[in-house]
Amino acid sequence: MADHGVGISRPKPAPKIETRNVCKIYDTVSGPTTVVDDFSLDVADGEFVCIVGPSGCGKSTYLRMLAGLDTHSSGSIYIRPGDDPTKPLNSVVFQEYAVFPWKTVIENVAFGLQMRGVGKAERLQVADHWLERVGLRKFAHYYPSEISGGMKQRVSIIRALANDPEVLLMDEPLGALDAQTRIVLQAELLRIWQETRKTVVFITHSLDEAILLGDRVVLMAAHPGRLLASFPIDIARPRTVETMNTPQFAELRGAIWSQLSREVTRAMEMQA
Amino acid sequence: MSEIIDHAPGAATEKPTPKAAPAKISGPPATILLLAATFLAGNGLLYFIGLWRPFWWLALLGDFVLIVMAAEQVGRSVPPARRKLYERTLAFGFPLLALVAWQLIVDAGILNPLWFPQPTRIAKALWEVTVNYDRFSETSLIGRPWLIPARFQAEGWAGVWSLFAESHVWATLGRVAVGFVIGAIPGILLGVVMGINRTVRLMLDTTLSAIYVLPKIAIFPIVMLMFADPFGEGPKIAVVALSVFFLMAINTMAGVRDIDPVFLMAGRNYGARGVSLLRHVIIPAAMPVIFAGLRLALGTALIVIISVEFLRAKQGVGFMTFYYWEVLNPEKMYAGLVVVMMLGVLLTYGLQALQRRLMPWER
Repeated sequence: MADHGVGISRPKPAPKIETRNVCKIYDTVSGPTTVVDDFSLDVADGEFVCIVGPSGCGKSTYLRMLAGLDTHSSGSIYIRPGDDPTKPLNSVVFQEYAVFPWKTVIENVAFGLQMRGVGKAERLQVADHWLERVGLRKFAHYYPSEISGGMKQRVSIIRALANDPEVLLMDEPLGALDAQTRIVLQAELLRIWQETRKTVVFITHSLDEAILLGDRVVLMAAHPGRLLASFPIDIARPRTVETMNTPQFAELRGAIWSQLSREVTRAMEMQA
Repeated sequence: MSEIIDHAPGAATEKPTPKAAPAKISGPPATILLLAATFLAGNGLLYFIGLWRPFWWLALLGDFVLIVMAAEQVGRSVPPARRKLYERTLAFGFPLLALVAWQLIVDAGILNPLWFPQPTRIAKALWEVTVNYDRFSETSLIGRPWLIPARFQAEGWAGVWSLFAESHVWATLGRVAVGFVIGAIPGILLGVVMGINRTVRLMLDTTLSAIYVLPKIAIFPIVMLMFADPFGEGPKIAVVALSVFFLMAINTMAGVRDIDPVFLMAGRNYGARGVSLLRHVIIPAAMPVIFAGLRLALGTALIVIISVEFLRAKQGVGFMTFYYWEVLNPEKMYAGLVVVMMLGVLLTYGLQALQRRLMPWER
């Protein structure tokens, strides 16, 4: 990207993801319902953006639109392709259970490559490499029903990473796990991301998780879903789970929580 | 019994069953002994005062309750390592006991052996129809496989084939197998299409449901008309295929529609489209429901083929059963039913083996 003449004249490089005035309106029998209203968000190349908001704020809908799994009613969504045109634009890490139960662990990890026509030897080698990185190598030929929930989610995450997408989209990937497993996987995610520096959009319910992982935390409001505020997280990397105990972390969480709690209360009242 | 006494947990003794409470000795074996004594004393008393014979079914009901109670007492003190053996004993021992009761009741002349021939006589009849060749209908049950070497020497492969061709079991199995395959494969395909495509589903669902509830034997006369040889194999196979087809189409459609949407989203997001989505996501995800459908279809196929053979056949297990009805030989009729049951069990095992092969992830 650096050799593009345009890049020099701009103060910042072009964003990896450009979302401009996106609306999502469902036509229902009782009339149109706006789920996402005039949502705009840019994500820079290599940035880790976390989206937090109350239930019904349309954050998962936005992610699905970004992934091309759902259509948007108006506005534009653009993911800038990289230098290698064969690389997929995005790969999604879904909540639990999205790992195919009928494929072994290694077949799951190699699935994206298989669909792109990568030969068997090569894709198994790539999958093996990723299994090694998260310590699941000896479970390569197990079926998902034979491993724990935390392991399944690791498989789901490296299935996306093995696909080597331009952008990694994560839809509450740790939401279904118990508290301890969740912390272990947060640490693992931090480590892997600091090694790969992929562009990530990460949806979560947990504000702590968002601050720990993200370069930026985006708050969304509900009914209709829209952008409320955006907070840069300037805690130095590399971060670890212990980062959550620092005063800087507590300060940021306090500032963001005061806005988020107001929004959550409002959303609850609107649903009642 | 001594095993059970050794392993008896103390907790079981503290549960006072109403009958065990007045007994001086305590513990599960004592309860079992008491139940056994009640069993013998009760039946003996009824027998001596002459009430067993007129109220035999009430006596059997009481015996059944006592046996259940005794089995539960044993079950409480079975150590985990022997649990499997205990369950098997119940599963196979009870039917055996029921057969013995059947035998005794008919032997005693309480039930008419014409309608309820004793199990031993049914077994004997089964043996007879297996080893003998029926000159009148020119058939045998399993095709006398012990004659294969001699026939092969005398007439070559044609001789071996003639043995297969005279067999009731092979005739029925062949019709079921061919009809099943011809019906199931297009049925599954149509079911997948209906599961994926809303338009096709809306157009066909009502019609399929209407045809599905139609008794398949009712369309047999029409199917017969469609074939050049109405009494040949064609209509028999076709009616099996039709019944399997509709069942599989409806079942597979339900299976495909029930797929968790997250699997479809994951498949699409990772680049699966069309045939690859079908192969890697839709078919395997619907597989459990498809196999449940295949098991139902197998039962339906057997019902249909036996009824068709009752109606119009010169061969087949259904024909054999009906043939012995016509000559009023109840033992051999029962033998025919036993063969149908054995075929059902055998085919179900086959289907389960196929399922384990095709769905290795569900063990």
